[in-house]
Amino acid sequence: MSLRRPAKDQPESFEFNASSLEAAKVIVAKYPEGKQQSAVMALLYIAQKQNNNWIPLAAMKYIAKFLDMPYIKVYEVATFYTMYNLAPVGKYFVQVCTTTPCMIRGANQLVEACKEKISENECELSNDKSCSWMEVECLGACVNAPMMQINDDYYEDLDKQKTLDILDKILNGETPKPGSYRGRVNNEPENNRKTLMDLKNA
Amino acid sequence: MLKDQDRIFQNLYNDKGSDVSSSQERGDWVNTKEITDKGRDWIINEIKESQLRGRGGAGFPTGLKWSFAPKEVGSRPHYLVINGDESEPGTCKDRDILRFEPHKLIEGCLIASYAVQAHVCYIYIRGEYFVDGQKLQAAIDEAYEKKLLGKNAAGTGWDLDIYIHYGAGAYICGEETALLESLEGKKGQPRLKPPFPALIGLYGCPTIINNVETIAVVPTILRRGAKWFASLGREKNTGTKIFCISGNVNNPCNVEEEMSIPLKELIEVHAGGVIGGWENLQAVIPGGSSMPLIPKERCETLKMDFDACVEEKSGLGTAGIVVINKDQDIIKCMARIARFYKHESCGQCTPCREGSGWMWRMLERMAKGDATKDEVDMLGDVTNQIAGHTICAFGEGSSWPVQGLLRHFKKEIEKRNNLDPIVQKKNNIPYLVDQHLLDKKNA
Repeated sequence: MSLRRPAKDQPESFEFNASSLEAAKVIVAKYPEGKQQSAVMALLYIAQKQNNNWIPLAAMKYIAKFLDMPYIKVYEVATFYTMYNLAPVGKYFVQVCTTTPCMIRGANQLVEACKEKISENECELSNDKSCSWMEVECLGACVNAPMMQINDDYYEDLDKQKTLDILDKILNGETPKPGSYRGRVNNEPENNRKTLMDLKNA
Repeated sequence: MLKDQDRIFQNLYNDKGSDVSSSQERGDWVNTKEITDKGRDWIINEIKESQLRGRGGAGFPTGLKWSFAPKEVGSRPHYLVINGDESEPGTCKDRDILRFEPHKLIEGCLIASYAVQAHVCYIYIRGEYFVDGQKLQAAIDEAYEKKLLGKNAAGTGWDLDIYIHYGAGAYICGEETALLESLEGKKGQPRLKPPFPALIGLYGCPTIINNVETIAVVPTILRRGAKWFASLGREKNTGTKIFCISGNVNNPCNVEEEMSIPLKELIEVHAGGVIGGWENLQAVIPGGSSMPLIPKERCETLKMDFDACVEEKSGLGTAGIVVINKDQDIIKCMARIARFYKHESCGQCTPCREGSGWMWRMLERMAKGDATKDEVDMLGDVTNQIAGHTICAFGEGSSWPVQGLLRHFKKEIEKRNNLDPIVQKKNNIPYLVDQHLLDKKNA
């Protein structure tokens, strides 16, 4: 299990804005009547998006009321799943995969790059408070290793220099182009494709 | 090598686009009604005869699973749930299906829902695949627009709604009952079985849960016939499979190949060989991190299918092949996997919650050479205390890789860890399991 603690400085209150409210209603309608609790995970995401990439305790209380379920159940869910940030992570949240398939292809270089550019320790905001980084477990893009995720996007086939370039961009407030940084197409074997050749470049 | 026309996922590399019309060119959605008109029993029988086994890791026969769904719908509705919580290190096949072949999956959902009499289907996708999930959502929206979903879906007379549910970074939610808990809006902690989900599953209703790849191959099997599918591979290990080859190879890639293909052919032909040449190979993890590794000597002749891998005391799992060459420290690699399992244990059963941490800490020390001689056997003992003593298969999944390491690389560990047992007080190493012995005088 992993240790997860809510931030010390918590806002007093939280409420969905109009667009979040609308999105929440669409989500709740996906589930059968009386089973609205199923929507809690999606609603936590909505709260996280609205609140600058993290979920305050007030939002959990608000969602508990919204879905008519006990606050502790929402708290349980928010602290169990690691993608809910319980403390501020900045506008750009960098997650570097360091599980074995990435590790043996040099994920530690990506970690070094993050240490140089963002902050010495993981889960620590950069000087301008705009971003933070952390090591995470397998992100499911193992054939594109080493890779990292910035907010929703995957950046694949990296090395130290490419990571430094990407981090420079986000520190300047730009969003770099996601995908492979060695120019390969999706998950095909680079320069060595032997299958489905008649479809290639079709 | 498998012939191109026998490949099910023609758009694996997105050469053609993933919208409805280009999918139709590849044969999706062409005669869905003809398939469902042949009836549920025909569909389930055909899948049974094709000997399709689940692609999510356990390899359970799919036709058999579907036949467990109650024949008549009682007071409780039936559900179909698709498991797209692909989190096994080394595996990234479902992601390509979600983003490049969504219509194979959606059509498979329709046929499977018809076969098990479900009107609602939930696709559970891991939260990190948000962008890929959006692509699937776009495909679902397009399918609704073209009347391939919703009321009288694709003219079959069957009503079906598909919803996507995102996970939030918990590996354990790939376990089917944990996935159901998560769908119900709770912590993803597995349930005791029985009752099995086919009778009491989502919201207490009969639920069939299948992997993304399993469902996505169903329409093609029914179109081309069970005989065609069963003619690929070998008895009980039929069909094609997407292999993900990662790690120390020249061209890591996803590739669809016939079952029972030799591992060496996969690595040498498709992945461009091991970095440093075949002789530089140290070990291969054949089916995602939870399967025990296989050393080089055995890799020469290993065939990649469920039964052949079991004979090597490993498993095909998800077919996520991680190649480790001799430049890597094998103990460190396994210590990192143990850290993964320590991080992902849901904390419900004590042996797993505590034991996964023990295994990680012991392996970290063994990688550094800080362990004592007797700890090597102690580590094996810890793995045996975990496997088989937990609610779900996570206990096995976390201890098998360590057992594999001990089975094949015990000498390596022993060579590096030559300290005497701690009771002789030659070394003062903190956080040892038998720390209390240090506190006693003259122990």
